[in-house]
Amino acid sequence: MNYYIDPLTLVTFFPVIGIVVLLFLRADQKVHARWVALITSLITFGISLAILAQFNPANPDLQMVVNIPWIQVAGWNISYFMGVDGLSILLILLTTLLTSLSILSTWTAVQDRVKEFMIFFLFLEMGMLGVFLAQDLFLFYVFWEFTLVPMYMLIGIWGGKRRIYAAIKFFLYTMAGSILMLLAILWLGIYQDTFNVPELAAMGGIPPNLQFWLFLAFGAAFAIKVPMWPLHSWLPDAHVEAPTAGSVILAGVLLKMGTYGFLRFNLQLFPIASVKLAPWVAALAVIGILYGAAVSYAQKDVKKLVAYSSVSHLGFVMLGLFALNSQGVQGGILQMINHGISTGALFLIVGMLYERRHTRDMDAFGGLWKVMPIYGALTLIVVLSSMGLPGLNGFVGEFAILLGSWGAGLPGGVLGSPWFTALAALGIILAAVYLLYMFQKLFLGPVTKEENRVLSDINWREILTLAPLIILIFWIGLYPNPFLNLMSASVDQLLNAMQTAAVAGIP
Amino acid sequence: MWLSEAVSSGPQFFYLVPLVVLFPVIGLLVNTAFGGRMSEKAIGWLASAAAGLSFVVAVLLGISLLSYPEGAVVPIVDWITIGELNINWGFQVDTLSVTMMLVVAGVGTLIHIYSIGYMHDDVRFQGDPGRYQRFFVFMNLFIAMMMILVSADNYLMLFVGWEGVGLCSYLLIGFWYDKGENGIGNAVAGKKAFIANRIGDFGFILAAFIMFWVFGTFEFNAVFELAPEVASLFPAAIVAITLLMLVGVTGKSAQIPLFVWLPDAMAGPTPVSALIHAATMVTAGVYLITRSAALYNLVPQVQNIVALVGAATALFAATIAVGQFDIKKVLAYSTISQLGFMVAAVGMGAYVAGMFHLVTHAFFKALLFLSAGSVILGLEHAHHHMEHNSQLKLPMDENDLHFDPQDMRNMGGLRNRMKISFWVYLIGAIALTGIPPLAGFWSKDEILTDAANFNPLAYWMMLAAAFLTAFYMGRQILMVWFGKPRSLPAEHANESPPIITVPLIILAALAATGGALNLPMWHTFTHWLEDSLGHLHAAEFSLQIAGLSSFLVLAAIFLAWLLYGRKYQAMQELPPDKRPDDPLRPILGPVFNALNHKWWVDELYWTIIINPYVSLAHFLADVVDWRFWHDWFHDTVIVGGYNKLTQVLSIQIDLGVIDAVANKLGDSVKRAAAKWRVIETGYVRNYALSFFIGVVLILGYLILR
Repeated sequence: MNYYIDPLTLVTFFPVIGIVVLLFLRADQKVHARWVALITSLITFGISLAILAQFNPANPDLQMVVNIPWIQVAGWNISYFMGVDGLSILLILLTTLLTSLSILSTWTAVQDRVKEFMIFFLFLEMGMLGVFLAQDLFLFYVFWEFTLVPMYMLIGIWGGKRRIYAAIKFFLYTMAGSILMLLAILWLGIYQDTFNVPELAAMGGIPPNLQFWLFLAFGAAFAIKVPMWPLHSWLPDAHVEAPTAGSVILAGVLLKMGTYGFLRFNLQLFPIASVKLAPWVAALAVIGILYGAAVSYAQKDVKKLVAYSSVSHLGFVMLGLFALNSQGVQGGILQMINHGISTGALFLIVGMLYERRHTRDMDAFGGLWKVMPIYGALTLIVVLSSMGLPGLNGFVGEFAILLGSWGAGLPGGVLGSPWFTALAALGIILAAVYLLYMFQKLFLGPVTKEENRVLSDINWREILTLAPLIILIFWIGLYPNPFLNLMSASVDQLLNAMQTAAVAGIP
Repeated sequence: MWLSEAVSSGPQFFYLVPLVVLFPVIGLLVNTAFGGRMSEKAIGWLASAAAGLSFVVAVLLGISLLSYPEGAVVPIVDWITIGELNINWGFQVDTLSVTMMLVVAGVGTLIHIYSIGYMHDDVRFQGDPGRYQRFFVFMNLFIAMMMILVSADNYLMLFVGWEGVGLCSYLLIGFWYDKGENGIGNAVAGKKAFIANRIGDFGFILAAFIMFWVFGTFEFNAVFELAPEVASLFPAAIVAITLLMLVGVTGKSAQIPLFVWLPDAMAGPTPVSALIHAATMVTAGVYLITRSAALYNLVPQVQNIVALVGAATALFAATIAVGQFDIKKVLAYSTISQLGFMVAAVGMGAYVAGMFHLVTHAFFKALLFLSAGSVILGLEHAHHHMEHNSQLKLPMDENDLHFDPQDMRNMGGLRNRMKISFWVYLIGAIALTGIPPLAGFWSKDEILTDAANFNPLAYWMMLAAAFLTAFYMGRQILMVWFGKPRSLPAEHANESPPIITVPLIILAALAATGGALNLPMWHTFTHWLEDSLGHLHAAEFSLQIAGLSSFLVLAAIFLAWLLYGRKYQAMQELPPDKRPDDPLRPILGPVFNALNHKWWVDELYWTIIINPYVSLAHFLADVVDWRFWHDWFHDTVIVGGYNKLTQVLSIQIDLGVIDAVANKLGDSVKRAAAKWRVIETGYVRNYALSFFIGVVLILGYLILR
């Protein structure tokens, strides 16, 4: 008998072990529940690091593949097919890291039904890892839909005042897009006779006008998740109502499922449609960048401000991906990670404040830097990272994206005009406007409210929650090559394949 | 022995260049980690030592360059590698970068030392001694970022320093972030500086995109080598790159139209104004154009624009300086104006003249700001002393309680109270106005000579600016130092301690003698920079131009004396309500008001850019995104529509059709049942009969089939 469990299955389903342990706890064993969840997520993170150690960046193909027939009835060819490559390895690490940090952030914030909270959280981690690792369309869809349930619960049970509304809206909105994707998946599975993604990509041969419809069907699901303008209406509700840890995962990882979906499925499976629709996607992305930035600036609720900033930041990611050159796509992937780090950190920061003051109204603050100097300094670093200060992580991603999209705007590029980049670059100015405004409202000026005078600076656990993200902010900013190296081979292969397919496919 | 080694073994010493960044980084890290447990003195001297060590390294590099003038590129490690994009962390050691390093670290060290004394008092006047540590951390961060800017070997690393110094500027302008107008004024000023710079950086970054897709690299040497070839293939690309870089320059070096942030930046502590907003950071734009000489030389039409932007800024800012009352605001507009001179110079291809003026300006403007700081400190001391010493029982009126120690109208006669500060201030002012033989004369004269040859329009604008410079400096000197004290604190001000005056004396010596760097007969500085920039023409000394400019300067000073030496003093005898605050006000009338209000440029920007953006943002957020898209479309149309649909389905379709059918069905069953009920009699015999009939029928069927 062979008891060996492949690493990808292990990392995906390890959280379930924690869930089983949690089931044996009594409802009042809150501390135990937290520790069980934390340790489980840390081990999961450790497993993902082991996967990284085993990962060969020079190999552009899927690695550590496991492929077992699963549902093979009536000519359906569905398998349990997992694999990791340069497109997904960083997202795996981001997921496991952010899950651990989120659990750490709930230590005092979640007091109600801790055990159930942790169970849903670990289920969520499992679902997200599955989404990034599944290489079978059907399996992917199962994981994709699965993530909805725990997130729905996290918002609906542990959320704010309008949590039910937000949870239902989140669920239905995302579901609506997914239905179209399901139809497209079934079409592919039936007419191409396989759900195996690499096989489908290699097969090619989907006629361009069909690619177009399939692109839109997949795109609908992903665009809602990203969210691309104008499909972002669920986001502020979900973010504002979700508990801090939920917001961190929502912004940090769940949104990346959308951008990752475009990268993994739309670009790979429908290359001709991707090339043809690139200017349209880029146009929506640029509108999202500017619109998100402007709307952020006008918010009073700090969490809403950060939520809308995601619309702007994810616009950059989409612009980079659809530049369809190595700078744009690698920049886009790196920016997914960067956004997870800096926006994740921003939500953690907002959560720390909310825990102390139970309000997110920016008018209720001011002068906090004086009261909470460490908190202020760390927030400043995160804010600067988010606005793309050179030397910090955000800059590397945004610069590569814009450089790539500028190249794609030159004659012969897929975007056809450098105006996309020029307008998107305005978003960098606007990011400084809303982020510095936020920092000023919270931290600068005199302390005007009595209750702010007595706030305690952040404690060691909170510093520990932020520290890994701060380290990554500097690391990626100063020396991003280790991260870029992980993805370059896979990205190059993807772009070459698209090039070939697009040249072959256009008559 | 290090010096002799540096002379003999130059190339090895070039590898020390990362230390110019590393020392201040170490300084800031140590002060961040342990500053809380260190004394003020230790913090200040540690930071000063970090800056000083950077200076030592820069000196060693400079000495090595004497024997190995070709310099070196010192790559450290790869930074961003994506496809054909390949950017390094790498340092460029040549005469141009080392000149900047010497200025930054040299002036920087002096200002660090000065700050040890200045900030000791400042943090107490402002009521938060805890911020002393933070100040020096930010200052060291600034030195590190500035060093990255000037020592980079490629445009992108330069950009790291470029935005990094902008960050330090933001942090230090808003250093007293809980002070200023409504308690938030300083923070707002910092934000304004950051955003104005970001607008400039928008231009810079677009220039970088074009550069990459045309040149394929960001490295200086590679770009400059390819430039002529590219210029013949894609001339428009070079035009676009240089113009977009100019946008960056207008942000960082406070030129028209982005200069508006610099006057507000005076909200920062005075050493910050001296170091960042006068001597070093704001000259980064001049450095950038000089560094990119190989590109600008290819596009004369852009050079012309650069020169005119510079000259126009020089004149425009000089007019505003005439109408200011805040001692630091005058110097701020003077800085903008002088930066205009430099930008105009490098725009005309007079790189040496521009860089020369950059160096001398660093000396005398740092000196002026620091001595102004000494004055401010003196007045603040006196004011505090009076406020907190009730035994003095001095008559304090309303004006004295809201005392502004930076308002020149509150000064006067200080030359007797603060002798050292007075003399060094005078030296700085003379150097600035360009009276021979002090530093400013030589460098400004070189710019004017070049302008006379290449760009007459710029020449006349700058000549007018030079006239105004002498006038507003004369005005300031007379208002601050001469006449009678116009406030109680001015009467009781005392000279600052040596930790403040010694750096002033050193800077004064530099301001007096700095012109020797590039005297017209030797052109030392020209030959020094030629090793970086290729052959440079050396401006011939023109007695005619020097004579004309000197005459104008003296005339302006005489005019200032008439107005502020005589008339202003005479005005003091008038009763306060009839006394104009400035003798120019009655003469110029509304024009003076315009000068005083900075030609309402800020108001203009508020009206045409900022307010519309704020309104647009609120409109998008509240009306479009929330009321229309979120509430109306999603909640009313989709959710409401769905509810309507379900209602229609449940009432009209379900009740009206399906239910009706079902009910009708039920009714007919009932009706049938009512008819059939007659057979259900309840008598056993009837049931037996029907049972019997049934049996007969079944049996009959079975038999007969």
